[in-house]
Parts: sequence; structure tokens; C-alpha cells
Amino acid sequence: MKTVVLVKQVPDSGAERRLRDADHTIERESADNLINEMDDYAIEEALRLQEAHGGEVTILTMGPTQAAESIRKALSMGPDQAVHVLDDALAGSCAVATSAVLAAALRTLSPDLVLSGAESTDGRVQAMPHMVAERLGIAALTGARKLTVGGDGTLTVERQTDEGYEVVTAATPAVVSVWDTINEPRYPSFKGIMAAKKKPVSVLSLADLGIDPGEVGTAGATSAVVSHQERPARSAGQKIIDQGDGGVKLVEFLASEKFV
Amino acid sequence: MGGLDLLDIDRLLTDEERDVRAVVAKLVGDEVRPQVAQWYEDGRFPARELAREFGKLGLLGMHLTGYGCAGASAVAYGLACLELEAADSGVRSLVSVQGSLAMYAIWRYGSEEQKRQWLPRMATGEAIGCFGLTEPDHGSDPGSMATRAVPEPGGDWRLTGSKLWITNAPVADVAVVWARVPDGGIAGFLVPAGAPGMAVREIRYKLSLRASSTGEVVLDEVRVPAAARLPEANGLKAPLSCLTEARYGIVWGALGAARDCLAATVDYARTRTQFGRPIGAFQLTQAKLADAALELAKGQLLALHLGRAADAGRLTPVMVSAGKLNNVREAIAIARQCRTILGANGISGEYPVMRHANNLESVLTYEGTSEIHQLVVGQHLTGESAFA
Repeated sequence: MKTVVLVKQVPDSGAERRLRDADHTIERESADNLINEMDDYAIEEALRLQEAHGGEVTILTMGPTQAAESIRKALSMGPDQAVHVLDDALAGSCAVATSAVLAAALRTLSPDLVLSGAESTDGRVQAMPHMVAERLGIAALTGARKLTVGGDGTLTVERQTDEGYEVVTAATPAVVSVWDTINEPRYPSFKGIMAAKKKPVSVLSLADLGIDPGEVGTAGATSAVVSHQERPARSAGQKIIDQGDGGVKLVEFLASEKFV
Repeated sequence: MGGLDLLDIDRLLTDEERDVRAVVAKLVGDEVRPQVAQWYEDGRFPARELAREFGKLGLLGMHLTGYGCAGASAVAYGLACLELEAADSGVRSLVSVQGSLAMYAIWRYGSEEQKRQWLPRMATGEAIGCFGLTEPDHGSDPGSMATRAVPEPGGDWRLTGSKLWITNAPVADVAVVWARVPDGGIAGFLVPAGAPGMAVREIRYKLSLRASSTGEVVLDEVRVPAAARLPEANGLKAPLSCLTEARYGIVWGALGAARDCLAATVDYARTRTQFGRPIGAFQLTQAKLADAALELAKGQLLALHLGRAADAGRLTPVMVSAGKLNNVREAIAIARQCRTILGANGISGEYPVMRHANNLESVLTYEGTSEIHQLVVGQHLTGESAFA
């Protein structure tokens, strides 16, 4: 089975993040950039399928030059190769444009299975797997907590929902997005770390993919952020001093805020 | 507020070295840190489970090549030791003894058959090794060891003696035992656990390295075949070369304990308030923190220098002695000074500081005491041996 894992480099969600004043996009240069957490689970799932069924695993990333660092880290877990879609015109691309670029890159790879995290920790839109599947005209099995591949290549997914889970199936090729309940990602081994920099990474530009730069980036975005403001500093809370009536006052506060 | 990397030493590392460090830091963060204070309190730790976890990563014998070993650089190995010891010196000791003493001895001095039999299983952590050199009456002077190996008519060897303070011995599958042979030289033997006549006793009531398994190995006419002898090890130089390997890891490792103490202490100094202000705002506290951070940075530069020398094939035993002497001495000074900043909280296991300080008392002594390393450097300077 030929699997492509969509990997996004995101700013560390544990650190402070800033938006640029000029175009309201996230300040990536100064941020600590990491592999989107949920994508680690997608890589792990791809590697487990490869261990069980053979085939190859390719990482696909769209991002600026520094995304190469996340590609190297992803490869250190074990995938065979990577494709980096890199083009200055991509900066500020909206989700719709991004899905067009990823779909175009996927067409060049013709995978049996596309895996991705169910969401990214920066955008949190959860739309990319659906959009990519739609563009490729293949099934989208999203929000998986379990994925199995049958003898005939049929994919069966336990799709996690708020109420429980649904069992859905599809023939390959298909897109499957995963939650962090699906597995426990491995640590990259030292051999993996040392091998990563020797693995092939092909870099594709928009021209390579036949995409007009005007359709992507800030210029081609279907939506635009017109302004942003920092969250106001937290103000001091209301202090209740217990003078025998503390309980009553607490309940009054909770009731006034409609908590009870 | 800045970080502890005062001199921006991070910039001197390659991406690959930073990746190795990050993955070890993550592993110890997940598997060791949450539990190590309890292991220390209990005086027990899951050596076998940890060895398997470490083996998956490639930590065991990571600087060796072939036979399932990762073949990483000396600098990468050093960084791994630092991150391990930032969690606990005992956990780093498990890895040092496995990789630098037991596996290195087999890798460097073993037969092809011995390497194939033991190294792949030791690299995965399936088999644990220990290294029997120190004896109850022979510590700094191993050349006078009392353990004897006597040849039998059929080619077998009969080993008799006692080895003390042997890290990993109670959990080991194989012991590298050093013994005197009839021609007066020192030879190494691979003795599998459970060999008839071999008894292992775990040392209890330790007040240091409590998250580490330490034992006494008693050999009472233990018979091993001729094939158990390490064919390439002739003389005391062989075990001493293994110690140089392990000492190199300690040069880095001790700084991990120091860094962890300093990190906990800086955090404490910023949040602990006395006389109406954080104690980190007092000049005496800042002077202590500044000196500690400076010695830590100097130690890291020294370790990195030795690592680069090792990777270039230029590392000498005297350089390693100088590194161990300085870095362990400074690490224990940092740990003790940090303890004073934490006040009464400094003696609590809720903070890592006294645990590290206690561990470093062992690290100061094992793999050559500070005094012996001073004498090695002294001999280098004067040409006069003060100890042999």
C-alpha cells in the first residue's frame, strides 16, 4: 500500500503566539515550530500499516523553508521519503487554496491512502481532509480512532463522535483523518534520526504543480483577516471574604452568571 | 528572563544532535521523571522495563557500530547521557554500564561469536550486562585484584573471588568479570547469570543512587568454557579503557544533574517570597545562581570539546580525566549550592535537588575518584606516578 501522510508545521501551541500587524498572519519565524501534534498519530498509523502490509510511506508538507525541519523530524520516525511544496506565493493561503495545492501534489503521487491528523493545533478547522478528498473525488473517512485494512484493501474506520463511534468503510483510494486516540506514536530512534537526513525530499513549486500563483496565497484567499487585537489582560477577579455568609455569596455569584 | 544556556552553546550542535537530545528528553520526561522520586524513595526501580524502552530508541551502546548498535557520534552519546542524568544519575548509570562498560568490553575485546551472542540482545535491552572490576579490598587500585582465573585441563576456566559495588549486577544476564590469570596478567570473562557457583547479592541501605541496582558478585569456583574469555583483552589496560568510555559519558551526565538542580532552583528563586520580595531578587541569591550557571556553561563547553575530540579520534585518557574531575566536582558544588537556595524545601524529595546531590556523591567516587583523576593529571604534568 502506498500511503501519503499530510504533515503540517505549526507554531508550538504551548508557547506564546503572535500575529503580524502587516497581514494578520501568524508570526512563524520567531515561533517554535513543531509538527502538528495530531499528525504524529497519522505518521504512526501509516508506519504500523506499512509494518503489517508493506508498501511505502511518503510525507507531504506544504510550508515555508523552515518546514523542512518538521519534514526531517517526521522522516526520523521512519517514513521513506517526503515531498515539500515550497513557493513564496503560498504565504497566507486559505484552507480552500491549500486543499487545491495538496490535491495537486497528491495527484502526482497517486497514493492508495492519504492519512492526516483530524485537525491542526493552529487552525483547528478540521476541514482539510474533507476538502482534499472532495477535490480528488475519493472517500473521506474522518476522525478515526481505529483503522483496519481488510484483505481486499477495504478500509474500515471507527469514527469517533461526541456520542460514541460509527463504523464506516470505503474502498481505496481514500483520505483518513485520525484523532490521538488511535495509537501511541513512537519515539524516533537514533538510527531513524541519523537516516532522516539521507532520505529523499523532493521540492515542488507551484509551477511544478501547474497552479497559478494568483489562485493561492494572500492574493487568492477566499477569506481575509481584516484586523486583529490582542486578548485584553485578565482583570483581577472578585474576592469574597467569608464573614459567615461566604457560601450564600458564592451561590449568588454563580446564579448571577447563570452557572447554577 | 533568559534560559540556562548562558553562552548559546546550543548553536554549536547540529540538527541531528539536537534531535537526539530532544528525543531522550521526551523519553525521560514520559517514562522516568514522573516516577523517579518514588523509585528513589523505595530504593527500587524497573531496570528491565527501562532497558527495553531505552533499547527501542537505540540508547544502549548507541556509540558502538554494528551488531544492532546505533552508531551515533560521541557528542550525541554525551547529550543523551546529559538528558538521562537530568532525570537521575541512577538511570544514566544503567545506560553507562550497559553501553560503555559491558557492551564496549565485548565489542572491543570479544570474539565474533561473543559479539553476535550478546550485543544485539543488549542493544535492545533484552539482555542486561554488568562489569565486575571493583572488589571489596581493591577500588582505586584494581591492578591488585584478588579474583583469580585458573585454567582447567580441558581448557575451561575456574573463577574465584568477589566483586563489589557492581551496578546492574542484581538484574544482569551477563557479567564481564575481570580476574588475574596465572601469568600475572588480567583477563576478562563473560559469565552468564545463574552460572553454578556465582551468587549475586543486592546492596541495600544505599543513601545515594537509590534508583539504581547495585550488587556484590561472589564467584566460588565458577567454571566457564575457554570461549568465555575475551580473546583480545590482555592486561589491566583493557578494563581501564572501558572505564575511559564510561567516564566520558559522566563528563556530560553530571552536568545534566547540575542543570536540573539549577532549573528547579531558578524557578524556586523566582516564586519563593521572603521579606516581601522573591528571593531571586536578592543579591546573594543572584550571585549563587550566576556562579552556578557559569560553571554549568563552562562544563558544557568542556564536554563538547571532548566530544568533538572523540569524534575526531583525538580524545586521550588524560583529557577524559580532566573532564570528569572538573564536571563532577562542579556539578556537586552546584547541587549543594542550589540546595541552600531551596532552604528546608531543598531536603525534600518533592524537589530533585538533594536527590541529585546525593547521587553525585557516588558519581564523584565511581569511575575513578576525583583524587585519582588529579593524580592522572599530575602524572601527565610531572611524569611522576603518585599512585602506582
